[in-house]
Amino acid sequence: MILDQVIFLITALVIIIAAILVVSVPKMIHAALWLILALAGIAVLFVLLQASFFAVVQVIVYIGAIAVLVIFAVMLTRKAMQDDGPQLNRYSVLAAAVCLMLFVVLTGMLLSWDGASSLPVNPAVHPDTIINLGESLTNPQGYLLPFEVASILLLAALVGAIFIGREHRAGKEEE
Amino acid sequence: MIPLSWYLILSAALVCVGVFGVISRRNAIAMLLGVELILNAVNINLLAFWRYKDVSHVTGQVFTIMVITAAAAEVAVGLAIFIAVYRNKRTIAAEDVADLKG
Amino acid sequence: MAAETLLWLIPLPPLAAFILITLVTGKKKALSHSLAIVGAGSSWLMSLFVFIKAVTRPNLAENPMAASINWLPTGETALRIGVQLDNLSAVVLFFVAWTILMIFIYSVGYHNYGHPAGERDVPGLPPHGADVKDVHGHTHRVPSVEPMYARFFGFLSLFAFAMYLLVVCDNLLLLYTGWEIMGLCSYLLIGFWYGKDSAKKAAMKAFMTTRIGDVFMLLGIVFLYTQAGTLNYREIFGNAALMHALAVNPAGFLGLSQAGAIGLLLFIGTIGKSAQFPLHVWLPDAMEGPTPVSAMIHAATMVSAGVYLAIRIFPLLTAGWEPGDVGTPAMIVVGAVGAFTALFAATIAVAQNDIKRVLAYSTISQLGYMIAAIGVGAYTAAIFHLVTHAFFKALLFLGSGSVIHGVEHGVMHSGEHVDPQDMLNMGGLRKKMPVTFWTFLIGGLALSGFPVITAGFWSKDEILSGAFHSGQIVIFVTLALAALLTAFYTMRQITLTFLGQPRTEAARHAQETPWTMTLPLLILSIFAVAAGWSGIPEHFPLIGGWLPNWFEHFTGAMLGHEGEAPAFSAVPLLVSVIVSLAGLTLGWLVYRGVKIAVDPLKKTLGRLHGLLQHKYYFDELYTFLFIKPAIWVSEVFTSRWMDRVVIDGILHAIARAFLWLGKLVRQGFDVPVVNAGGDAIASGFKKGGAALQPMQSGRVQQYMVVMITVVMVFTAILLAILKLV
Repeated sequence: MILDQVIFLITALVIIIAAILVVSVPKMIHAALWLILALAGIAVLFVLLQASFFAVVQVIVYIGAIAVLVIFAVMLTRKAMQDDGPQLNRYSVLAAAVCLMLFVVLTGMLLSWDGASSLPVNPAVHPDTIINLGESLTNPQGYLLPFEVASILLLAALVGAIFIGREHRAGKEEE
Repeated sequence: MIPLSWYLILSAALVCVGVFGVISRRNAIAMLLGVELILNAVNINLLAFWRYKDVSHVTGQVFTIMVITAAAAEVAVGLAIFIAVYRNKRTIAAEDVADLKG
Repeated sequence: MAAETLLWLIPLPPLAAFILITLVTGKKKALSHSLAIVGAGSSWLMSLFVFIKAVTRPNLAENPMAASINWLPTGETALRIGVQLDNLSAVVLFFVAWTILMIFIYSVGYHNYGHPAGERDVPGLPPHGADVKDVHGHTHRVPSVEPMYARFFGFLSLFAFAMYLLVVCDNLLLLYTGWEIMGLCSYLLIGFWYGKDSAKKAAMKAFMTTRIGDVFMLLGIVFLYTQAGTLNYREIFGNAALMHALAVNPAGFLGLSQAGAIGLLLFIGTIGKSAQFPLHVWLPDAMEGPTPVSAMIHAATMVSAGVYLAIRIFPLLTAGWEPGDVGTPAMIVVGAVGAFTALFAATIAVAQNDIKRVLAYSTISQLGYMIAAIGVGAYTAAIFHLVTHAFFKALLFLGSGSVIHGVEHGVMHSGEHVDPQDMLNMGGLRKKMPVTFWTFLIGGLALSGFPVITAGFWSKDEILSGAFHSGQIVIFVTLALAALLTAFYTMRQITLTFLGQPRTEAARHAQETPWTMTLPLLILSIFAVAAGWSGIPEHFPLIGGWLPNWFEHFTGAMLGHEGEAPAFSAVPLLVSVIVSLAGLTLGWLVYRGVKIAVDPLKKTLGRLHGLLQHKYYFDELYTFLFIKPAIWVSEVFTSRWMDRVVIDGILHAIARAFLWLGKLVRQGFDVPVVNAGGDAIASGFKKGGAALQPMQSGRVQQYMVVMITVVMVFTAILLAILKLV
C-alpha cells in the first residue's frame, strides 16, 4: 500500500539524516542525541516490519540503555572533549570516498540480485511471533545454547567493564 | 508494498555512514556511535530478510537478539576501556593511542 | 776354535770398547782405559794365536785361512765379503797387534792418569798442570790429567778397530771401509785438542788431503770391479788369466794397460794415505795431536795401511813384468814418487827443530823407501821394511813423547816458559831420563840402519840391494843419499836432545816418565833389534846362513815363486854400511858442541836452511793454488752470488708476485663485490623495512581505512571478473 511506502520513506529519510548528523556534529552530546533519534527511527522501521517485539526492545535496550550509557560517558569525559578543533581525522576524505564506493558497490550488488524486488509474504495464519520466539529460545533443540551463551557474554562484559573501569590505586588494597 | 530492496539499500546506506563514522572521527566515543549505527543496520537487514522470506522461521529473530546483546555488551566494555585509556593518557582521541606503533 | 772364526773376531773387541766407552762409561777414566786396553789386549792375543797358526801352516799362500759370506746380491751372483789371512796379512797383523797394544798402554801414562785435575784445564785444550801441596806445605806444580781422557781411548779403540778390519779383510771394499774409518779417526784424533786453532786446521788438512787420494782410489776400485767382477784378493790376484788380460788390454788413456791404470789409481790413494809427494803436507801438521796418536797414525797403522795396499796390488803394478826387465809404466811412476819423496823429506827433516816434526818427515822419507822398493820390484824388501819401520818408528815417537813429558815436568819445576818440544831447548837428557835415552838410541840407530844389530839395517840393506839389482841406478843413488841424510838428522836429533849439557833450566830439571810409558818403550826396542834377524839374507858374508831367511821365504811365497834372490853383490852392502856410519858420525860431530839454542847448520847453509825449514814453501803454494780459490768459490760465488742474489732473488720475486695477486683479488673482487654485495643486501632490507614502517602507525582508524579500501578494490576486481565470466 502506498501508505507503507510513504511512511517508510519518511522514516528512512529521518534515519539517514540522523545518522549523518551523528557522525558529523562537533559536540558529542549532540551526536548522542542524534543517535537516539536514529535509533527511534529504526524502531519505527521494526514496527513496519511487523517485528513489534524488536521495536520495543530497540527502544528499551538501545535507546534506554546504550544511548544513555553513551550520554553518561560523554558527561564523564567532558573535560577532555575536544569539542573545539577538528573532529575529523586525516583520513576523512579518503574514508568518505571509500564509504561512497562501498555504498555503490553494495547497492549495485543488491539490485542485481533478482530476489531484491520480492514482496513480503503474508502468512496464512498470523504467527504468534513472541510465543514462537520464546519457545525457541528455551528449547534445547532450539536456540537455548546461544541464549545461555549470550547471558554469559553479558556477565563477562559486566565483570570486565567494572574491572577495567575502576580506579586502580597504587598498592592495590582491593582485589 | 515495500520491496525488499528498499530495506536493504537503507541498511547499506546506514552501514556506510557508520563505517565513515568509525574511520574518520577523532573522538573515540564517536567511533562507538558509528559502531552502533553499523549494528543497527545489521539488525534492519536481518529482520527484513526474516519478514520477507519465512515468518515462521524464527532464526532471524534469534540472530537479531544476539546482535543486540552483543552490541550492549560491547558498548559497556568499550566505554570502560575508553575511561581507562583516558585516565592513563588524558586524551580520548583515537589517534593519540598509538602505542603499538612499529 | 777354528782360526777362521777367530779372524772374524779380531777387529771386534776394540769396536766394542769404542761403543761402550762412547755410550756407557761416560767420563770415568779408569773404566774407559781398562775397556780400551782389554779390547786391544784381546785383539792382540787373538792376533798372536792366529799368527802362530798361520806360520805353522804349510802352503799358506795357496790356501790362506779364509771365510766369507754373501753380502750384496748382484743378479745371480753376490759380492762376497769376508776375512783372509795369508802370508802378507799375517806379518802385518803381527806388528799391528804389538804396536797398537803398546800405544794403548803408553797412553795411560801419557795422559797423566792418577794425577789431579788442573784448575784451569778445560776440555779441548791440553792440560796445563795442577798445583799440589806436599807434606811439607810446599806447592809443586805437577802435570794434570787430561780432561777428555775417556774420549781419547774411545777414539783410539775405533782407530784400532779400523786397522784390524783393514788387515784381516779379504777384499778391496772392506779395505776401503777400514781406510775411510781411519781417515775419520785421524781427523778426530789430530783435532783432539779442538780448542787449539792449529789442531783444528791440521785435522781438516789431514782429512782433506787424504780424501783427495781416496777419490782416485775409489775410481780404481770401481775400474777393477768392472773388469774383474769381484773385489776379492784371491779371485783377482790368483786368477792368472784375469791378470794377463788386465796386463794386455789397454786402459784407453795415457797409453797404460788396464792393470797399470788401476794400479796407478789405487796408488794415488796410497800417496794420500802414506803422505808421499805431493800429498805429503798433512803429516807434519798432524803432530798437533797427542803423541800416542802420532805414533799410531804415523808408525803403526795409518801410513802402513797405504803401503799395505801398495804391496797388495803389487801384481797389478807389475803385471807383465819379469825380474830383470825395465819396469812397467806404473812401476816407474811408483819408484820415482817413492825415491823422490824419500830424498825430499829427508832434506826437510835436517832443518826441523821440533822433535816430532823431525820424526814426521822421517816417516815420510821411510815410506818413500818402501814405495820405491815396490817400484823396483823388491817385494819382500818392502814388506820387511814396513814391519821393522813400524816397530822402530813407534818406538821413536813414543820415546819423543816421553822426552816431551820429561821436559814439561822440568818446565813446571823451573817455571820457565820454553817450548818443551823444541830440541834446541833440550840437551843432556841422558842423565835425567836414562830408559828413554837408551831406547831412543836403539830406535834411532835402527832408523839410521846401523849395521847388524839393528833391524833397520837389514831391511834398508835389502831395499838398496833390490834397487841396485833392478838396474835403476838413479833410484839407488837417490835412496843412498836419503839414507845418508837419515843417519845425519837422526844423530842430530839424539845429540841435541840427549847428549851434551842441558841448555835450559827446564832441561836441567827434567824427569824420567812412569812405567806405563817406559815399559812399551822397552818392549818395542826389543823388536827394533830382533825383528831384523828374521830376514838375514843367506848370501850375507859371515853370518848369512846361520839363521834361515824365514821372512823372505814366508812373504816371497805370496808371489808364487821363491822370491827374488839375486846374485850377491857387495856394492849395495858397502854403500849402506858406509852411508849409515858416515851419517851418524857427521851428525854427532856437527852437533856435539852446541851450547846455545842456535842451530850451527843455519850459518853453513844460509838461505838454503831457511828453504828447508819452511818445507820448500809447499804449504804456501797449495794455499795459493787450491785453498784460496776454493774459499773464493764458496764465499763469493756460491754464497753471495748464487745463493743470496739469484736464489733469494727468485724467491722474493715469487713472494712479491703472490702478494700483488692477493692484493688485487682483495681490492678488485673481495671488497667491492663480496663486501659491498653483502652490505647492499643488508642495507636493502633495512631500507625496505624503514620504507614499510609508516604502515604500522598504531592508529586503528588507519588500519581500518586501509582494510576497507583493499576489500573494496578486491571486490571490484572480483566483480569485474565474475561479470566478465
